[in-house]
Amino acid sequence: MTEEHTHEVVDGTPEMDEPRIGVYICDCGVNIAATVDTKAVTEHASKLPYVVIAKNYKYMCSDPGQNLIKDDIKEYNLNRVVVASCTPRMHEPTFRAAVVEAGLNPCLFEMANIREHCSWIHKEMDSATVKAIKIVELSVARAPLLEPLTAAEVGVTRVGLVVGGGIAGVRAARDIADRGFPVHLVEREPYLGGRIIWLSKLFPLRKCEEDCVGDCAPCFVTPELKEAVNNPNIHVHVNSEVSDLDGYVGNFNVKIKENPLYVDKDRCTLCGECTKVCPVSVKNDNDYGMSERKAIYRPSEAAVPVTYVLDDVNCSYFTGGQCEGHPLCVDACKFGAINIDAKERTVEAEVGAIVVATGSDNYDASQKSELLPQHPRVMTAPEFERISSHLGPTKGELLVNGTKPEKVAFISCVGSREGTGNTYCSRVCCMYTAKEAHTVRKKLPDAKITVYYTDVRTFGKGHDEFYVKVLNEDVQYRQRELGHRLEVVENGPNVVVRAEGHDDFEADLVVLATGMVPRSDAAEVMRLFNISRSADGFYLEAHPKLRPIDTFTDGVFLAGCCQFPKDITDTMFQASGAAARACGILSSPKLSLGEAVAFADETCTGCGQCVETCQYSAISLEEKDGKVVAVVNDILCKACGTCIAACPSGSMQQKHYTDEQVLAMISAMGGSSV
Amino acid sequence: MTDFEPNILAFCCNWCSYAAADLAGIGRMKQPTNVKIVRVMCSGRVKPEFVIKALADGVDGVLILGCHIGDCHYVSGNHRTKKRFEIFSKLLGHMGIDPRRIRLDWASAAEAIEFAKIITDFTETIKELGPNNYAGKHERATA
Repeated sequence: MTEEHTHEVVDGTPEMDEPRIGVYICDCGVNIAATVDTKAVTEHASKLPYVVIAKNYKYMCSDPGQNLIKDDIKEYNLNRVVVASCTPRMHEPTFRAAVVEAGLNPCLFEMANIREHCSWIHKEMDSATVKAIKIVELSVARAPLLEPLTAAEVGVTRVGLVVGGGIAGVRAARDIADRGFPVHLVEREPYLGGRIIWLSKLFPLRKCEEDCVGDCAPCFVTPELKEAVNNPNIHVHVNSEVSDLDGYVGNFNVKIKENPLYVDKDRCTLCGECTKVCPVSVKNDNDYGMSERKAIYRPSEAAVPVTYVLDDVNCSYFTGGQCEGHPLCVDACKFGAINIDAKERTVEAEVGAIVVATGSDNYDASQKSELLPQHPRVMTAPEFERISSHLGPTKGELLVNGTKPEKVAFISCVGSREGTGNTYCSRVCCMYTAKEAHTVRKKLPDAKITVYYTDVRTFGKGHDEFYVKVLNEDVQYRQRELGHRLEVVENGPNVVVRAEGHDDFEADLVVLATGMVPRSDAAEVMRLFNISRSADGFYLEAHPKLRPIDTFTDGVFLAGCCQFPKDITDTMFQASGAAARACGILSSPKLSLGEAVAFADETCTGCGQCVETCQYSAISLEEKDGKVVAVVNDILCKACGTCIAACPSGSMQQKHYTDEQVLAMISAMGGSSV
Repeated sequence: MTDFEPNILAFCCNWCSYAAADLAGIGRMKQPTNVKIVRVMCSGRVKPEFVIKALADGVDGVLILGCHIGDCHYVSGNHRTKKRFEIFSKLLGHMGIDPRRIRLDWASAAEAIEFAKIITDFTETIKELGPNNYAGKHERATA
């Protein structure tokens, strides 16, 4: 819209202007004209109130078609334009741009759909023409009530925020940074990488014959993580959380709570002297209690930033134990890397777009008592990953209670695809089970291996080929029905797997293929970022097919397993997509936020019904001239109009979809002008 | 009553049901010509007053079509619509209007077949009900 025109409209008090409507009926080649008598529609339209000119043309959306409109706006001094053609979801932007070029406000354009909603779904020309006339009448009835509107525009803070430093968040942050935008990368753990650095190898193994060909998780992930730490555009906040967020697209204000690591990563040389003197030993959660670690420790050789960290929950300096007043590690560190007095701090930042990549939790197998999850010979797949990883507690040797298993059973769909509870498929378990069966075969060539499965889902690139290969490695796959009874029972030191329809299988190792579940604090994070969750508890995308990365909050995007279980390949797709979506915002000079916002008129009594109705917290009650009234924030309003229908006094209205405009169309419905 | 061609108004939300109507068009799914569509951003925008106005103006039936519950583009707009029209349809009987003249239904942007079916079924229902005589009653009552 041009400055010149806006000025003209404001001065011309549009309400007082006599509407001068031009109506343009499109043939769309034969798409409309074959079923609708467009000449008759045009003839009829020319007689409708305020219509100055009505024309029929072969292709309205073509350049000559648009020029027809532009020329008429000038020649006939039109101040409203109605085009009857295809769906506005297709060409409304085209015609809006055309009227703007001719100096009209885009909101003075109205579109009637006589193709998708008429010519394409009817056969008889007579009745289709009658209907097309009615559709045009509705639009012509609305047109005089259209008002020139200007969308609110906001500037953009050209800084990104990525929440979650797993492989999804790291990918997203690197993509944003590589496009030249600074980005804050916030990770709760003291290291980047999330779950992936605790895995062994990643399916599908590209070359099964070799022991390690780059599919080993730490080997290929750690360099990725280091790239993020070394990127000058990425501000890495480990051991940190987003504690507060407000604002809106392009203009968020975020508070990041940084908990101290107590070790300066730039001074730490990884000599390990601190760990040697540390008197505190605790179970290592990352190894699911299969190993111990000290209170000052290196989380993993794969962890980045590459440094020791101090766990102040267990450190005896903080708990009042042996080190109280005199921390042994501080004395032991010859490089002065440990600052035991480090304090938590809050970083405040302004950001324009956000990628939420907070990941998922592992399904808690303790709910499956029939599978004996606490038995020493039964473990979950994430636990198996630890004993098969060369960085794990057994250095990659498959040992259960110190001995090598000889009979291994895998049970799929544990906590997935259930009638109640987690009804969804976790999408990775079939493939990691195949990979783990392969791992057992490679490490223990004589082991007996049985996989209990319900379906095998190998839909990814190279997946089915890998699965077939594993089938040929003397791995027995036994199918069972989802509803069928499957249990693990004790049998001396070992266990027996009992499955309906199959012989019992005695095993000295049972691996439960547990799926993914939403993070335990997903509800809290959801509220913090004003996003939604689907029935399964994962974060909800704006549209499952067309907008799978967006949330309903503009400027907030999803990546990785916080949205739904997915493998690393799909996670990387989504992370790069989320970064691209975020950069779309960060690179916009200004954001235009739509014109159709709600507003309360002077009859508002401040009852607050609308405030309660609004899903976007766009309405607040404020005092104005001594009375409390509803005030709509144009920038937060998404134009759904739900508050208007909820308003008991009729004082809530919506621009561009006013009650008067809708009522005029309804009147035209009832009128018998045909 | 076989010659009766009802005049039907459908409110479609921009994101799901209007898109379903478009998709039905793209699929050339034949439907009766009786239904004319008014686009609103969300089914939650449809005031009961709009429906009353339509019936008072002689429209024979009104459809309100939104996204499926749980799929609303505006998160919960259609929940409001559902609650509102459950109450509203109970009042219709007291106003001398057959509640079958109003139908609230859902169609996702992918449900073209379902959309065409809703249009066809509802048109049949209104044909069976015959012309809406509320318009005349309304005029007498407000005269």
